[in-house]
Order: sequence, then C-alpha cells, then structure tokens
Amino acid sequence: MTGGNQLENANPLIYQRQGDRPLTAREQDEDLPDQIDEREIFDILCSRLWGQGCWHVFLMDQEHPLSLEELNVVEQVRVKVNDDESSVSVAFTPTIPHCSMATLIGLSIKVKLLRSLPERFKVDVHITPGTHTSENAVNKQLGDKERVAAALENAHLLEVVNQCLASRS
Amino acid sequence: MARLQDTDRTFCSEGLLDTGDRMKDSLTLLSRVSAHPESRCWFLAWNPTGTLLASCGGDRSIRVWGKEGDAWVCKSVLAQGHQRTIRKVAWSPCGNYLASASFDATTCIWKKNQSDFECITTLEGHENEVKSVAWAPSGSLLATCSRDKSVWVWEVDEDDEYECVSVLNSHTQDVKHVIWNPQQELLASASYDDTVKLYREEEDDWVCCATLEGHESTVWSLAFDRTGEQLASCSDDRTVRIWRQYRPGNEQGVICSGSDPTWKCICTLSGFHNRTVYDVSWCHLTGALATAAGDDAIRVFEEDPGSDPQQPTFSLTGHVPRAHSQDVNCVAWHPKEAGLLVSCSDDGDMAFWKYQRPELNTPVL
Repeated sequence: MTGGNQLENANPLIYQRQGDRPLTAREQDEDLPDQIDEREIFDILCSRLWGQGCWHVFLMDQEHPLSLEELNVVEQVRVKVNDDESSVSVAFTPTIPHCSMATLIGLSIKVKLLRSLPERFKVDVHITPGTHTSENAVNKQLGDKERVAAALENAHLLEVVNQCLASRS
Repeated sequence: MARLQDTDRTFCSEGLLDTGDRMKDSLTLLSRVSAHPESRCWFLAWNPTGTLLASCGGDRSIRVWGKEGDAWVCKSVLAQGHQRTIRKVAWSPCGNYLASASFDATTCIWKKNQSDFECITTLEGHENEVKSVAWAPSGSLLATCSRDKSVWVWEVDEDDEYECVSVLNSHTQDVKHVIWNPQQELLASASYDDTVKLYREEEDDWVCCATLEGHESTVWSLAFDRTGEQLASCSDDRTVRIWRQYRPGNEQGVICSGSDPTWKCICTLSGFHNRTVYDVSWCHLTGALATAAGDDAIRVFEEDPGSDPQQPTFSLTGHVPRAHSQDVNCVAWHPKEAGLLVSCSDDGDMAFWKYQRPELNTPVL
C-alpha cells in the first residue's frame, strides 16, 4: 500500500451506472420464491459495497466516493450465478494492472457476498483474466478459505474491509 | 435425519460408467452433532484408543467427545487456551496429552487429568498462524507448521519440557499440514507452494530429504498408510495423489539419490472431486481412503483387488454428495473400529458414518 494521499490512479475512468432493476410480476408475488440471479449479485456489490476502487489510498477516505460499478471494477456480465448448484462466481477488474488494493477489493467482494447470500453458496472471486500483474497470486489467496478466515480475524484488516463495505449514505 | 440420495453423477478416473448404484448403501449416517454451533468445525482427532474424539473450530474452543450409549456427548470444553481460531488438534501416542494449533501463532499442550484437561505449556515461536501440529509415534517429538513458511520440530522430555530442536525453512509458502510416518522417524509437510516435503534427522539436526512435486495447487493434507510405505496427498487441484517409497537398490529400478529413498507418485485420483479436497484419511485397519471436499461431499476409495502395487488403481466405493450443508474440512477413520468414519464441516457439525465396503467383484460393464 502507498502512504499519504498519493493516488495510484488519480483520474479513473468513470462509467455510467445501470438503471434500477425493473421489478417483475413474479418478484412481486410473495408466494413465489425468488431465484438469485446475476443482477441480484451485481446489486449487492454495487449498491452496498462501496468501491472506493484502486486509486484510494485508504478506504476510509470518502473523497472520491464512486461505486465499483462506476469504476467498472464489477460488471454484471462478469457475474455468474447458478442458484440450483448454489454457486456464484465474480470476476472483478482492477482499474490499473498494478493496483496494490486488488486483494483487498477482492476480499471485500467475497466478504460482502458471504454475508449477503445463504450459506449454501460457494463464492468464487477472481480477477478478470489479463487485467492485473499479480493475477494468479491474488486469485490463489482469495480462493484459500483458511487465509481468508485468518485475515478476517485481524481486527485492523476487518475494519478496513468493513469500511469498504459501508453503505453510501 | 434421512440419508441423502446419491443423485450426482460420479466420474471415474478411467472413464468407467456411473458406479452410484453399487455405492448407495456403502456409507450410512449414524448421527450428526452440532459440534461448534455458529462457527466452523475445522478438525477432528481420535485419541489412540478411539474412546475420545477432539474437535476444534473458529469459536476458539476444543471440545472433547465421548460415547454414552449410542450418542457422542461433549465431555469437556477447552476454551481458555487460544485467542483465535483453533485450526488443528493432535493426541499424543500415549493419549494423555492433546496439542492444539491456533491462528494466534501458538501451540498449546493440554494434559489430561481424571476427566479434565489442563493447559501445561504454550509453545511460542512461529511468526503467525500455526496451521498444524503432529506427534511422532515415539511421543518424544512434536512438529508444528505455520503460514510463516516454517516447520518446527520440538523435543519433549520427561518433565513435560519442550525444546525446539530444528526450524525447517524448505517451503517457499504457507505450510498447511504436518504428519509423521507411523513406522519411521520421518516427517512430512504439505504447503501452499504446491509441494510435499519430507524430513529426517541427520547428525542432531533435521533436513529436508525429499520434495514431492506434481500437485498443481495448494496441498491441504496428507495421510500415510499403515505400513508407512505409501503417502496420500490431497489438493486444491481437486486431486488425490498416492506416493510410494522406493529405497536405494529397489527391484523396480526407481532411481534414488544417495541413501535417501525416492517417493514416486504411483496413482492420481482425478475427476472425482468438484472442488478443493481439504482432507484425506487412510484407514490403518482396512486400507480404505476417505476424502473431505469443498463440494460438501465425503468419498471413500479402495484399491482394486489384484491391482499392481507399483501402479495401483482405485475405485470410488462410497460417496455422499451432500454429507454436510457446507465445505467438509476433515475426515477421520476410527483407530479401532473398522468402518467408523467421522467428518466435520464449515456448517459447525460433525457427522458419524458407517462404511461398508460394497461388493467389488461384480464388473461394472
């Protein structure tokens, strides 16, 4: 991590947000179970996960509050859900290939999904292929549940992740 | 609880047909116990006589279970030793001590009194999470390993004093598991660096004498067979590998360097597991191999009758696809009662299973 207020990516590209999800008749019917789909995962990550993104030095800094969606870190097309098999896979794209926060962003995405989804879900979070210099190392760490569990017992790291997960308002 | 139907398709390494029907009755659930509620159950260890079972988990406690009638009940809760997750526990060969490895970077040694356990020593030295602990068959040596990439060998004297006799820095990453060979003073470790390493004592120090390469991702656990001549390793690459020891001058002509044996991979079980294989247990009574996987399943494999010991083939003989509601972290065969298997999971439960070998003499095709 870099210190002070130096921004790794001072001028990130900002993307248009998708509109709100249109409610379907089925979803309004309280008697029918709602399947978990890509859009729901995307909404969990983008409306509630506060993606300060790669340029933020420390995630507490709310100077540039942009969502992961506006930074194109998370896109709905890179979310794969199979509700029947209880699996969710999310590929995220760091805004710059040497982003030092990639592991932290991935960890935050993973934690958000683990907290939001039923426990039956297997959650895989990885970097969009070819978009980060340490892609394999970051993916391996994010896929190691023992290291993720140990990291989340670290009070400082947990605080940073929780900051990252704090809602917009 | 009703036994779950085996509806998943199973894949055999040789591409044979579904063997599901034959396996349907081979594993039956005996009981399910909430071992570490609201937490994860990471590991289970039978004491040498099989009268007690220790469990540990994310709730920072160890529970010791004993059988009363048909039920396994909690006899002791050891909650005061560690500040963070307890990753693994191990009984001493005499059964009077329990060692616990924790993410708090320490290893506790617990002494069993009449019915209770007392923490007599805390072993410090690792820089961060201790991932595994194992007692040598002699009871006078203990090994620990850590995310700090090191394996430590400790010597135990008669006054319960522990002294570190060697720090082994052979791995380049997080060390996940350590076990001792049941027949010789040979230590094995598994790592995030995708390798298995073996160590032996040499002139008052410990040295790495072999590196087993082949897995394509983290090696999570290891198990020796009863003879100590074969080692099973399981990995994030979703395979189990079987390695065999070849001594210098072996009949098979496997090349050895100097006086050290070569450990050669003689079988790979691939295509069976759908996610990471977290644990493997080799029954020393029957030779059956059980696995715990991140696809919530437990599986049992047996060596095919009449298969070549130098190139054995194994068949999947037991499979419970949804043995638990989350990842299965550990499987452990009972040391005295053939076919009794216990498993534990991220769902906090442990489950007891009865395994009966299905008839293997009917050809599938």
